Amino acid sequence: MRRPYSGMEIDGFTLGERLHQGGFATIWAVTHALHRTALVMKVPTILDGYDGPTIVGFEVEQMIMPRLTGVHVPKVCGVGGFDDMPYIVMEAVAGGALVERFGQPWTLSDLVETAARMAGAVHDLHVQGVAHLDLKPGNILQRATGEMVLIDFGLARHDDLPDLLAEEFTIPMGTYPYIAPEQFLRQRDDLRSDIFALGAMIYEMAVGHAPFGVPETLKGARRRLWRDPVPPRSIRPDLPEWVQEVILRALEVDPSRRYQTAAQLLFDLQHPGQVVLTARGRKLRADEVWVVWRRWWRMRRVHRFAPPVSHGEVMERAPILLVAVDLSPDGEALAPRLMLWVRRMLSLQPDSRIAVVNVIKSAVLGLDQTTDDAGENLHVVRLVALRAWGAGLDLAEAQLTFSVLESSDPAAAIIDHAAQMRADHILMGARGHSTTRRYLGSVSAHVVAEAACSVTVIRNPAIPNSAIREPAVADTR
Amino acid sequence: MRTALVTDIHGNREALTAVLADVAARGCDRIAVLGDIVGYGPDPDFCVDAVAGLVAAGSLCVQGNHDAAIGEGGEGMSRNARVAIDWTRGRLTAAQAEFLAGLPLTAMLGEALLVHASAEAPGDWLYVTSDARAAGALRATGARLVFCGHVHVPALYAADRAGMVREQRIKIGVALPLLLSRRWLAVVGSVGQPRDRNPAAGYAIWDEAAAELTFRRVAYDCGKTALKVRAAGLPEALALRLLGGD
Repeated sequence: MRRPYSGMEIDGFTLGERLHQGGFATIWAVTHALHRTALVMKVPTILDGYDGPTIVGFEVEQMIMPRLTGVHVPKVCGVGGFDDMPYIVMEAVAGGALVERFGQPWTLSDLVETAARMAGAVHDLHVQGVAHLDLKPGNILQRATGEMVLIDFGLARHDDLPDLLAEEFTIPMGTYPYIAPEQFLRQRDDLRSDIFALGAMIYEMAVGHAPFGVPETLKGARRRLWRDPVPPRSIRPDLPEWVQEVILRALEVDPSRRYQTAAQLLFDLQHPGQVVLTARGRKLRADEVWVVWRRWWRMRRVHRFAPPVSHGEVMERAPILLVAVDLSPDGEALAPRLMLWVRRMLSLQPDSRIAVVNVIKSAVLGLDQTTDDAGENLHVVRLVALRAWGAGLDLAEAQLTFSVLESSDPAAAIIDHAAQMRADHILMGARGHSTTRRYLGSVSAHVVAEAACSVTVIRNPAIPNSAIREPAVADTR
Repeated sequence: MRTALVTDIHGNREALTAVLADVAARGCDRIAVLGDIVGYGPDPDFCVDAVAGLVAAGSLCVQGNHDAAIGEGGEGMSRNARVAIDWTRGRLTAAQAEFLAGLPLTAMLGEALLVHASAEAPGDWLYVTSDARAAGALRATGARLVFCGHVHVPALYAADRAGMVREQRIKIGVALPLLLSRRWLAVVGSVGQPRDRNPAAGYAIWDEAAAELTFRRVAYDCGKTALKVRAAGLPEALALRLLGGD
């Protein structure tokens, strides 16, 4: 097996400068005649003899990375086998490493925006059936355009592929400051472990240090099974309660009490005013000794948490449903039927989150009136009307959010909003048929054609008119 | 190059026809048959002719224990298998029996060894149903990949660089990577008599260039085959197990 050096040629790639020397791998700048963009090569540092963990981790990466797509993972251009020299060549991500910005508290707006980007990236990975299982600031890069890129898939698990690490090692695998309790118990089958790691990173962004410190021993890392982190607001009093609520919910010990998907975490970060506060968000002190002791007593015999049936099941169980409500007189006629369908969806998927949306159509050019003739703010008027609409659903506050968007193109506004919150399904009404709509295209047709998720269009049944042919009457003569 | 791996057809015309249609729809370049063309099922003559046609067109085919039993008698087989083999023998022409008797026990296809049962002792018809058996089969050959049948339940085993062999989780219909750093043994599921409680016909597609293996299942009219088994006077259990895939 060869070892990498500057100037080496392998499979058409030419190694340049060594960019990074890590514990388990080196990163090299490489060029290839057929690739114009900047590339890097990752080569595992394999010790003499058999170096099991490094090899298996690299095999996992070689297996999973080429199967990933999207802006949130580096694009893979080539892999090399162990017969000559194992490597992965991927696009060089221009931008910064997130880890360089860790170490001190972040400003609130920066924290919320970055956390939302991180959650979005993790969700896009989860959608592909992959749990990262080693999320930490060092494994996240940010593109110059802002998107987060997840790297280092050596501990990842793909729901559809063999898990080479499953029985390989007897110690918990992960990075201690960010490892989830169930991962510590050697469960590798839960996407929600990544939610915990996200929570730990957002905690660190809020106060400047990780929630469980930097444990160096197994025993130290195990404490998180019973010892709750110090509430961030006791360290940083200006942190809003809703941010603490979000962080501590992501850091729940039992995976079933966390956010069930990264999209739900993202959703809360995008709707701060509508996060439902519990004692979690308000508390200013870590739990009392006797509470912790009781937890320790319970946890000392816990060997695993109830696992999800599959990654897919977790993703499907808690979908985000965007309901576009038309508050105009036309839409009123459809409201009961739209409501009926939302209820039907809820009876199938009771854990859905419902985002009720209304769009104020603004003029393409010129100043818009944001107040009506009586001087009332149009946004507020619409929001009140939306809330009244949503009250008919009789849902817990935590399951419902309301947003009023403003756009000259209502369809585009709905499509963008759905993409931003990673909605799973859009439900909207279609107004009746008219010639103008047939030629200019309706809002619902536009949404159906271009939305990234499923769309259901609700219609009131059309009354047959003369244009529809009556069934022929049998000729009995 | 994409190769369809087809095994344990067992005289099931409906299942074989459905699988060959699926193979054609999936764009495979060639077909390899891993043995047991006859036995248990009601249409051995059709299946032998179909496979002989494939072989004439360049496909590889190895011999299974039921194929061998046509000429050798069938000692050591279960009662139902024996009854079916005796019935099958009467249904085959001399040329068809000769085709079965003339099949090799193993064959090489690229970097893959094709064998019906364990590569450890191909004529002993061992079942590869454990890590230890898979390890034995992999030890017996230098080939990086071993494809076999005989078990009627699809499975995938990997040997890591230290030689440790473990069964891997598989998902039907997903292209599974046969990592170049490891050696792999795949037990391909049965076309004509699946035994993993899924009555759909099984086979696999090996994509040599991508080093990927996809286990597939194809639904077919197993009720029709079961009725034929019954009409032929073969043991009732052989008809029933087609319906439940057990």
